[in-house]
Amino acid sequence: MIEIRWHGRGGQGAKTAALLLADVAFTAGMYVQGFPEYGPERMGAPITAYNRLDDHVIRVHSNIYEPDIVVVVDETLIKAVDVTAGLKPGGKLLINSKRRAEDILKEFPEINAEIYVIDAADISIRYIGKNIPNSPLLSAVARLTGLIPEAEFMKSVEEAISHKFASKPAVIQGNVDSIKESWNAVIRINE
Amino acid sequence: MSDYKYPKIDKKSKAPAFRERMSGNEAVSYAIRQIDPDVIAAFPITPSTEIPQYISKYKADGKISTEFVTVESEHSAMSACIGASASGVRAMTATSSAGMALMYELLYVAASDRLPVVMAAVNRALTGPININADHSDSMGARDSGWIQIYSENAQEAYDNMLMAHRIGEHPDVKLPVMICQDGFITSHAIENILLESDEFAKEFVGEYTPEKFLLNTKESLGVGPYGISPYYMEAKRGQEQAMENAREVIAQISKLYSDATGRLYDFFEAYRMDDAEYAILIMGSASGTAKDAVDNLRAEGKKVGLIKLRVFRPFPFDKIAQALSKVKGLAIMDRSEGFSASGGPLGAEVRSALYGRVDGIKTINYIYGLGGRDMRVRDFEDIYAEIMAIKADEIPELYKYYGVRER
Repeated sequence: MIEIRWHGRGGQGAKTAALLLADVAFTAGMYVQGFPEYGPERMGAPITAYNRLDDHVIRVHSNIYEPDIVVVVDETLIKAVDVTAGLKPGGKLLINSKRRAEDILKEFPEINAEIYVIDAADISIRYIGKNIPNSPLLSAVARLTGLIPEAEFMKSVEEAISHKFASKPAVIQGNVDSIKESWNAVIRINE
Repeated sequence: MSDYKYPKIDKKSKAPAFRERMSGNEAVSYAIRQIDPDVIAAFPITPSTEIPQYISKYKADGKISTEFVTVESEHSAMSACIGASASGVRAMTATSSAGMALMYELLYVAASDRLPVVMAAVNRALTGPININADHSDSMGARDSGWIQIYSENAQEAYDNMLMAHRIGEHPDVKLPVMICQDGFITSHAIENILLESDEFAKEFVGEYTPEKFLLNTKESLGVGPYGISPYYMEAKRGQEQAMENAREVIAQISKLYSDATGRLYDFFEAYRMDDAEYAILIMGSASGTAKDAVDNLRAEGKKVGLIKLRVFRPFPFDKIAQALSKVKGLAIMDRSEGFSASGGPLGAEVRSALYGRVDGIKTINYIYGLGGRDMRVRDFEDIYAEIMAIKADEIPELYKYYGVRER
């Protein structure tokens, strides 16, 4: 089982991204969970969302405390929330950032994890016209899980995006294009 | 018992279930669309709000013929359901927490008028302090209102239980309202895999509602909900009690028919790895699956542990529970609500009562857990098994205790 924890702020789409990842993995034939942790829903407040992906039925219904992958949708949270809490040794940390690698690495001096970066804001602005980083991050996370080959992911994600945005067809193509670029735009910044 | 015709499902011609992914709220709404009840009256409240939202969409898209009544409160929602059901049609609602509390007076009216209203209950803590997350304090507060109560572990069970609800409540030997419960957010808002049945199967299984007596029958006049003077009131209550007793047989029959047709097994409870279990947890709702993972982990270490997941809380299957627990040495009864009896929670009281005089000597602790959405992890259940396994033979364990709470 792969467990993923998303850190974002209310309104940035971390929950939507987690639900879309569940959709995509489902379409690829897996057992999935995608769920947010709910508190008072406020725009801009820190929120957490989760995914479990497995080849077997998933019965557990708790939050995720020892994730394989952590996604930081909003890097201003790094100072506010312990985003790497419980991250498995050798796990993966994905950060949405346009900063230089050495600046990001300074924030995680002791970490035993692979750190990846994607400039999801830039990609989403270019393809969707707005800073909604969840589609690029979805693509990057899907790649980091290693569970779904690129071609199969692209096929599943088109279905999932079309399903999710059935009432807003104008945004489907931009999201799909941003996802295609993002698969290869995620880079590892530590050794 | 009347010679009621149970649905006959031809398994050979039945369409296979199909794979989907959806939240518990969407799953229940999907079942409601397939049932296509005559009347739905509902008022939105977190976390069940999505259910009337889905129903509104089904209605706008022409996918249901239901009369959807957008009332101004839950008190009115249940009142409208009572009126509709008394007139002779199928009526449903959805609610949570304070919404259910506002229905409280009418819950008793629906039950005592013997109206098989069906409610999608999405469990949420009752206010004080205000909280939107899961616990069972709302439906447990209504446990003595005369409704049949069925609890679900996940979206699949919420869906399946909803497809069984009308057959149970509308049975002529029962005629009682039915509450299908699932845990707020934990299952209501989590996307999970699910197997859905075809519309044809769902409609065939649920069947048509043809009440024997109803208010809009011009050939036979009827009064519903009159004043019950002392010479009659007690007989009315005895009738409700008999109906609840009869519900046992009907729930068994309907659950077996559904299980046979779908291959997904339903009974009053699920006994998980209980055959040779010496230590057991008894629990309801979404944390059951988490606890099953703990059972598997401990079984892998050779520990003889098992789990009872209670599905039907009303009527309470006291004899079957006593039988299922007859060989265990230690038991943890898990309550996701407080009763403030200062003696434990409502499930603890029922289970102890079921055991008393039938099965004695089980070292039992009643745990209060998960209030207001407090999370339970696999390792928490491993801790609980360790605690009950550590009770010594000559020790009288604590009657009840809180799990996962900060003490000063």
